[in-house]
Amino acid sequence: MSPRGHGRNPRNVELFLLVFSLGISMAAYASVGLVHDGVLPTGLAGYGGGLGLLFLVAHLALRRLAPDADPLLLPAVTLVNGLGLAMIHRLDLAYEDRAARAGTHAPTAAAPAQLTWTAVGVLLFVIVLVLVRDHRILQRFTYTAMVAGLGLLLLPLLPGIGGTINGARIWIRFAGFSFQPGELAKLMLLVFFAGYLVVKRDVLALASRRVLGVDLPRARDLGPIIVAWAASLAVLVFERDLGTSLLFFGVFVALLYVATERTSWLLIGVGLFATGSFLAWSVFAHVHQRVDIWLNAFAPRNVSGDSYQLVQGLFGMGTGGLLGKGLGQGRPDIVPFAQTDFIVAAIGEELGLAGIMALLLTYGIIVQRGLRTSIAVRDAFGKLLAAGLAFSVALQVFVVVGGVTRLIPLTGLTMPFLSYGGSSLVSNWALIALLLRISDAARRPAPPPAPVLDDATTQVVRL
Amino acid sequence: MSELTLTIIRLGFLAVLWLFVLTAVSVMRSDLFGRRVAPRPTKGRSVTPPPKPAKQPRPAKPAKGKRGAPSVLVVTQGALSGTSVRLGEAPVTLGRAQDSTIVLDDDYVSSRHARVFPSDGQWLVEDMGSTNGTYLDRTKVNGPTPVKIGVPIRVGKTVVELRK
Repeated sequence: MSPRGHGRNPRNVELFLLVFSLGISMAAYASVGLVHDGVLPTGLAGYGGGLGLLFLVAHLALRRLAPDADPLLLPAVTLVNGLGLAMIHRLDLAYEDRAARAGTHAPTAAAPAQLTWTAVGVLLFVIVLVLVRDHRILQRFTYTAMVAGLGLLLLPLLPGIGGTINGARIWIRFAGFSFQPGELAKLMLLVFFAGYLVVKRDVLALASRRVLGVDLPRARDLGPIIVAWAASLAVLVFERDLGTSLLFFGVFVALLYVATERTSWLLIGVGLFATGSFLAWSVFAHVHQRVDIWLNAFAPRNVSGDSYQLVQGLFGMGTGGLLGKGLGQGRPDIVPFAQTDFIVAAIGEELGLAGIMALLLTYGIIVQRGLRTSIAVRDAFGKLLAAGLAFSVALQVFVVVGGVTRLIPLTGLTMPFLSYGGSSLVSNWALIALLLRISDAARRPAPPPAPVLDDATTQVVRL
Repeated sequence: MSELTLTIIRLGFLAVLWLFVLTAVSVMRSDLFGRRVAPRPTKGRSVTPPPKPAKQPRPAKPAKGKRGAPSVLVVTQGALSGTSVRLGEAPVTLGRAQDSTIVLDDDYVSSRHARVFPSDGQWLVEDMGSTNGTYLDRTKVNGPTPVKIGVPIRVGKTVVELRK
């Protein structure tokens, strides 16, 4: 690779940070085993080697395919992924112990599966970088992405392959696998939102009347936001998926704001959101129940039933305190679904507030790098897409952590890269690949001089 | 395993975790502040109290611009406002064509509208046969014209300028 003209090579910074994040992941894994068994886990070398190989593949792919891309995104992602793996492994051990005490069969260990899904995720990461050589080609697939996104979103409603797990009809099953197509739909719809708004933003930014210092859009331009709102409500009603519904509407409103720079869209979005939430709360029992769990978590009628999970999570984090109980020394397995929805509570218990804050800052770094990319990139489609990708990560983290810490009602989204779950992990690796692709375009020092336009050609073209 | 070892493992892990975050933040810091963009010399919107106009020689360091060559081209108005391009050896092209350095999505801009390029240690702007013309400050650009730091170059609805 030729040396870059300006400053440090971002890839060398990235390599250093990647080694650092691999070290932390291995330290987490080692300390879990050390505390549990008193000796270093035998699989440590294999685990570290496997994870290191995956990180190296991603890193080399970037060196070759996106040499100027942001150096912080990949290490931040691998850190969260590695921490998640260690935590899932730690919970596997806890479930094994519990099964041994009760004399039952332990559930299948989740950590090896998660490691396999990480490998699939890195593979998809490389494939996206290879296929999408320039993010601007995605703009051509604006409406294809819409159809694909909506199709994926509605797939679980098909009677043959759709399935309901834990009350939400967001799964499809085939050939022994179950998958949440909504996670991939998120990426598709982001491409659609960016491509659509880049074309329509001039119209959507037109103002009609000024009320209380805010320029209101024209009534006929309200169509798109109403459609997005109705679609989110439909997801809520038919798939009972509060989180996805919230995520789509939130990202759409945010992108509308980014595209038009009109505060009125935010106000309209919040208004529609409030109306929708109130409607859902008063009409649907499952939403009503979620709100009740949130507001009256410690009420005697809830505490050993519906809000058991939430309350146990809160007690877990309370036990962790400022510095945590230490990896492998808490009881995060008491919280139901600690490997997926409530992994934040498990981290809060074992790593404490200090650990949670470090984790949230790492997410903050991912989001900041995404928004920075959005500011730096030189084409409008790339700006919107990068902002959408970054904002979707931010909103997802906010919704999950807010739910677990009882700031907002629980919604059942996954923590990107952290929670156990193949669909989420794989789609998020693809998301980061897109972000790095845009970032590469944004940070490339200067493009090779454009094809020389000698006067002759210019003259011929001009009539 | 003794209580002490456990505590050391516990706190050591947190320390390493935070060290990673801080290292990452320091990389971000150098990205944000490493290439400092000089404040715009024209705007007088400073926090300093408005009186005492006599005692403000204010040599306006950026305005002179003889010593330092410009290092960035910043978009100050238009849809891409805030975008900056680092200046190197290569010319910076503006236009609607997808291979332009700064791709402008603007009906008043031609596909290949203008270019800013270095020559003999100074930067020149040249209109590339656009329909609506390129303006340096208020004057229309005919042929390569030297650009000083901080002077606005207008292309359609977009304004760019060179900064140190």
